[in-house]
Amino acid sequence: MSTSSDGPRVMPDAESAREVVETESIVVKRRGPFVGLREKWDDLPRQGQWAWMLIVVAIAYCLPYLNFFPLTTEPGNDWPLACFAMAVYALVAVGLNVVVGYAGLLDLGYVAFFAVGSYTAALLTSPDSPLFKIPYLWTLPVGMAVTMVFGVILGVPTLRLRGDYLAIVTLGFGEIVRILATIIPAMKGQVGFQNVGHPPGVAENGIPIFANSNGTPWYWLTLTIIIIVMLLVGNLERSRVGRAWIAIREDEDAAETMGVPTFKYKVWAFAIGASVGGLSGALFAGQVGFVNNQKFDVQTSILFLAAVVLGGTGNKVGSILGGAIVAYIPLRFTAIADYKYLIFGVALVVLMIYRSQGLIPAKIRLLAYGRRARQLQAAKEEAPPVRPGGATEGASS
Amino acid sequence: MLDLLLITSHPVLDNSWINFDFDSLLQNFWSATFDGLTFGAIYGLIAVGYTLVYGVLNLINFAHSEVFIVGAYGVVMTLTALGFGPSAPTIGIWAIIGDLLLAMIVGMICSALMAVILERVAYRPLRRRNAPRLAFLITAIGASFAVQYLIFVIRGANAEPAVTMFVNKPVFNVFGTIIFSQQIVIVIAAIILMVATDLFIRRGRTGRGIRAVAQDPDTATLMGVNKERIILITFILGGLLAGAAALFYVMLVPSGVIYNGGFILGIKAFAAAVLGGIGNVRGALLGGLLLGVIGNYGQILLGDSQWADVVAFVVLVLVLLIRPTGILGTTLGRSRA
Amino acid sequence: MTDAASTPDESFDDTTLVEGAEAEREIAVDVGDVLVEVRDLTMRFGGLLALDSISFDIKRGEILGLIGPNGAGKTTCFNAMTGVYKPTSGDVLLEGQSLKGRKQHQITRLGLARTFQNIRLFGEMTALENVVVGLDARHRTSVPGALLRLPRHIREEKSAIDRAMALLEFVGIDQHAEKRARELSYGSQRRLEIARALATDPKLLCLDEPAAGFNPAEKEELMELIRTIRDEGYTVLLIEHDMKLVMGVTDRIVVLEFGKKLADDVPHAIRNDPRVIAAYLGEPEDDVA
Repeated sequence: MSTSSDGPRVMPDAESAREVVETESIVVKRRGPFVGLREKWDDLPRQGQWAWMLIVVAIAYCLPYLNFFPLTTEPGNDWPLACFAMAVYALVAVGLNVVVGYAGLLDLGYVAFFAVGSYTAALLTSPDSPLFKIPYLWTLPVGMAVTMVFGVILGVPTLRLRGDYLAIVTLGFGEIVRILATIIPAMKGQVGFQNVGHPPGVAENGIPIFANSNGTPWYWLTLTIIIIVMLLVGNLERSRVGRAWIAIREDEDAAETMGVPTFKYKVWAFAIGASVGGLSGALFAGQVGFVNNQKFDVQTSILFLAAVVLGGTGNKVGSILGGAIVAYIPLRFTAIADYKYLIFGVALVVLMIYRSQGLIPAKIRLLAYGRRARQLQAAKEEAPPVRPGGATEGASS
Repeated sequence: MLDLLLITSHPVLDNSWINFDFDSLLQNFWSATFDGLTFGAIYGLIAVGYTLVYGVLNLINFAHSEVFIVGAYGVVMTLTALGFGPSAPTIGIWAIIGDLLLAMIVGMICSALMAVILERVAYRPLRRRNAPRLAFLITAIGASFAVQYLIFVIRGANAEPAVTMFVNKPVFNVFGTIIFSQQIVIVIAAIILMVATDLFIRRGRTGRGIRAVAQDPDTATLMGVNKERIILITFILGGLLAGAAALFYVMLVPSGVIYNGGFILGIKAFAAAVLGGIGNVRGALLGGLLLGVIGNYGQILLGDSQWADVVAFVVLVLVLLIRPTGILGTTLGRSRA
Repeated sequence: MTDAASTPDESFDDTTLVEGAEAEREIAVDVGDVLVEVRDLTMRFGGLLALDSISFDIKRGEILGLIGPNGAGKTTCFNAMTGVYKPTSGDVLLEGQSLKGRKQHQITRLGLARTFQNIRLFGEMTALENVVVGLDARHRTSVPGALLRLPRHIREEKSAIDRAMALLEFVGIDQHAEKRARELSYGSQRRLEIARALATDPKLLCLDEPAAGFNPAEKEELMELIRTIRDEGYTVLLIEHDMKLVMGVTDRIVVLEFGKKLADDVPHAIRNDPRVIAAYLGEPEDDVA
């Protein structure tokens, strides 16, 4: 009945006495393209895991220079800008994954948070806006804060609702934000805000480093932010917060009975997911330099959802992969770019039927000191203790 | 009145943010009401599809908006083929009625077919695999978009050319407003269809079967009810009514048949279903009529047709928060966890 | 209530484990004073009167059995006590504090834990993680603390591992600590449910048909475990159908029938009570001796 375990754990060396964040592992699934990979990953000592991750990160930073066939986009699409698009989608997917993947709350209007972040950046940096101006980089945390407030405002009344109702309410909310952006005159509808700000820095020829046409610095900025967000989300995973989310997703009533304040943590999931969405929106606004009501439609929400589902619901690494794929495919195969909503809509249906766990199934670690537990077990195997209360040895079936 | 002036002079509510136009509303009150009722009848017909499927499967069928729009395409194509184009000669009233009926039947068939395809291709495989709730919802939204964009790929981004409706003659003069024949036809037809559906559900074997599966699917199966057949019939029923709604929609908004025309309409219809009481056919009609009227008022009050959408959404959230069982309560299944 | 934020031992020896399994708060072990009072508890579902003014006490340190024929209202009573249902009228007092109208997680924090008749573990989590969720109920870290890995978070996480392993060992499934809950055998899952409930550091542990589906040997082990739990200072409320188990492990039994309390006495008195026999147990010869 129980499957075989991963085998005896490697005894810790002196290094593990440091407090190091436990690394993310890739799951092993009996079928699928990643069979065996997760076991190999788990067996690696901590230095091995860090080494591999550093290599992957280094390659990621070099991505704008890897402009060769068959990777590259077709002519007419700028490769560094494509990298940036992939990074933005990846970041969005990580945020949405917190809501949908960890807490199990289906948010179909996530683009609204993206929009709020974009508009915040625009309103605070564009010369077209009547509000006071702040340097662009400050709009990132401010955008996150504003979006978080929106997330809480949306969440508090609606998170008591059942999953289906939550889904349609968030769908409506996404539409409402888009509509309000159109019909409230101060939001400038289709005309929008031009000349949204960018981080400081001017190259020798007088052109700003973070120009609209130069995707590479924007990509690096986003990639750095992704890494930071991943670390922070990882901290949350391996804490009572992450455990509360997974418990809520698995069985909300049982979680409530076990003392988990489910409503509070659902609102937190929304707030955190929203703030990451807003952050992505602000980055997007800065790079494109122009914000209007045309980019924040419900189809984009569905693309975001497809990114999370495709990559693997509940797995932050999977979300990055899914986001990158969803952004990459229409840019690489421009012939089918018009069909992208059709393709990803069908993909969602097919995935749910045949591989609902996505590309990288989730097997996240929820304990900050999981290795410690295995050490305890290993120590016990050497000297079986006297059990308290007289329960018989090996009493379980 | 002074308070109104104070509100409208508030910096957030001044003209560049939100503008309340009470005068227009008061002047056009009755025509707004009748227009609202007419649209509401359409919401109601579509809402029944949502409400029945939710009652039986506990699932919001997001793709029902596409069931509706497919019917609308069927209607428009039939009418165009029958000669209802922009420059068609006038034909006799009975011919018109006959043609409209034919178009309605075509619409109903198209919608019902779409509903069955959805059920068989997207939902049944998940039921077989005992998939969790989230999977059903994701599939539903995925299917909705797949169908929308399939239509987009086939028919393009633009609406179908409008068909001329030459049946819209003024009939009565009530409260200083003219009521048009179209409005009467739509509202009465919708009521008749809903009453028929309601009777079907409350009497007769199949109707009993639907109510049984909605209450307790497992026991119903033990009692000899063929669950899969009931589910299929439920989808077909919702499809038929959506097809009828499609004809009325084309009558009212001849240029509104576009690939994503069902989307917002679907959300509003669902809001109507919740308002009236999810799972409840009469509630769907009541909710639809109410939402149509309220939405129309909001539209006039706030000056843009899209405010009707905002109003529908706000109503949905308020109902779910304050009285989730809706006005008439749930008679078919349960609504809240 | 002290919380579980003690500084953990760095050594992994036996003493730590044994100490870790003990309840980490002051226990009044005198059996006798009243821990829980159920007062005129009434539950109406529309026209159906499921519970009719039930009253009984649970004394500290005892094992109380709740029995009755199907439909008598045992599970309803259970659910009303643990906050799943809101009582139509009447009240439940835990150490004098009313539980009425409180949310479930608050009731758990006040000290009332329960298991489920149909096992409701968090399937995707490991056994260890399941137990730690129970321990989290007593943790004070919140999102900022976790995000930034503040000292309190680190402390609580470390002590959680120690205590969770100890609890798993206490119920006898520590070798399965790293297995996903859905992959455990039925018996292990039941034990895990108990461990998880114990992790919330309750004053009263409510077990809802914990022996369902067990063979006689497993039931013996369960009885032993329940006695051990009581010896550790917990009070236990038990719903069960297996009379041998109930008679063998409880100190006192409350019998329900049709929503009313029929009897409230020590096991051998219940066994010989003619009303109970007529309602539930059958003729004395049919008793499982």
